[in-house]
Amino acid sequence: MNEIAQGVEAAFWLLVTFDRDLAEIALRSLQVTVTAVLIASLIGLPFGAWLAVRRFRYRRLAIAVLNALMGLPPVVVGLIVYLLLSRSGPFGVLGLLFTPTAMIIAQVIIVAPLIASIAHQSTRELWAEYHDLLISLNASRWQRIKTLLWDGRRALITAALAGFGRGIGEVGAIMIVGGNIDHATRVLTTAIALETGKGDFALALGLGFVLIGLALAVNIATHMLSRTEREGKW
Amino acid sequence: MVNALLPVVLRGAVVRKRGQRLVGPIDLTLDGQGITIILGPNGAGKTTLLRAMHGLERVASGRLEWAIPDAQAHQAFVFQTPIMMRRSVLDNLSYPLRLAGRAQSDVVTAAQDAARAIGLQDKLNLPAPRLSGGEKQKLALARALICAPQVLFLDEPCASLDGPATREIEAVLQQAKADGTRIIMSTHDIGQARRLADEIVFMVSGRVVQTGPAQAFFEAPETTQAAAFLNGDIVE
Ligand SMILES: Nc1ncnc2c1ncn2[C@@H]1O[C@H](COP(=O)(O)OP(=O)(O)OP(=O)(O)O)[C@@H](O)[C@H]1O
Ligand SMILES: [Mg+2]
Repeated sequence: MNEIAQGVEAAFWLLVTFDRDLAEIALRSLQVTVTAVLIASLIGLPFGAWLAVRRFRYRRLAIAVLNALMGLPPVVVGLIVYLLLSRSGPFGVLGLLFTPTAMIIAQVIIVAPLIASIAHQSTRELWAEYHDLLISLNASRWQRIKTLLWDGRRALITAALAGFGRGIGEVGAIMIVGGNIDHATRVLTTAIALETGKGDFALALGLGFVLIGLALAVNIATHMLSRTEREGKW
Repeated sequence: MVNALLPVVLRGAVVRKRGQRLVGPIDLTLDGQGITIILGPNGAGKTTLLRAMHGLERVASGRLEWAIPDAQAHQAFVFQTPIMMRRSVLDNLSYPLRLAGRAQSDVVTAAQDAARAIGLQDKLNLPAPRLSGGEKQKLALARALICAPQVLFLDEPCASLDGPATREIEAVLQQAKADGTRIIMSTHDIGQARRLADEIVFMVSGRVVQTGPAQAFFEAPETTQAAAFLNGDIVE
């Protein structure tokens, strides 16, 4: 109990003194995960909608694979990205290992299936509703996908937020491909792991509270943004 | 006025679902102008026949051919339960125009004009799913007409509407007919058929039982089933 109280206190002081290291780490966390979520949404949202409108022979299989990918252990993703980016790996020449870019790549792989899967479920429902109309109006496949993404955007924001939640709290993959290098690739989760390892539970907990606060803030901000835009429920 | 899509010719056309025959075999030719009404009791196959003609149901055997290959692009369909997009009234109306790639400025004016024509000009920014049943039906009709289709299908457009709403819809249909739109619609409202139809297609249990000019059909039905239906008897 004592440690939790100390953690709250540490978080408080970190915040009120506006600790520069903390700000840097928190910003990097945000930057990596927000970028990863944006890229993953760009891939996952249209792909989910495409799966909903497209009938092809291996559609069920594709959906099953997608759902399985949602459960990919981040550590394994990290390991694979590490092997691909390491000096001797196929993309070694790019020199990306132990950079924020490597962390973004790993997070895109972790987050995209989740976003695609949620997007698929919600656009499929909307597609059932719109199917006859859009077929009757001769909408092209791309027009159908765009329509479903636009009219289903509220559910899709939730999909992106779920992706953000998974990314911001993820530690295994970014630890491996980022290396937790101070002032280069250290983010909130890897810093927490480090401080815990060092036995500085108060600081670790303090960072943990900052992480929770950050996740909450992004969720609330997104919901407020989508609320101001809507005039009422459909 | 010449309608390039017509005639539509059905020869032994059958629609199946999961091996079961829903309608057919149907032999039918629709040509000329005006309003054709498909009459028949519940489950007769009216919806299925309309959907098949519009290309929404596959014809499993037999033929169904329009005069030109991509006829569907010049048709519109108003469904039995109107499909409201989760958008405003204005955006529902402009959607088909946007799909067709019309210029933004034309789109808005055309949509506003269409809304005025059906008395929804004060509800342009209301989400369409919040409209009343009658308003939804009018909106669906206006949206179907906005690209000036050559053939308009309607599936029981007035099934759940009261007298005044029905009259409004019928006025829009008469106007569309005067503008040269070929209308093919289903109903089981005999009164509406009498008011609107130029031609009747009478269906019972998946088959076309009788077709012909409306007047002849109402004055002297050739088949006992048609006579019974007009008489208000239950036809199966
Ligand atoms: N997807 C389907 N699967 C199986 N049977 C179907 C399907 N769709 C329609 N049917 C059946 O096909 C028959 C014709 O249906 P249809 O909807 O065309 O009739 P309808 O004349 O439009 O009836 P209503 O006046 O009630 O609208 C009905 O017996 C119906 O149960
Ligand atoms: Mg029907």
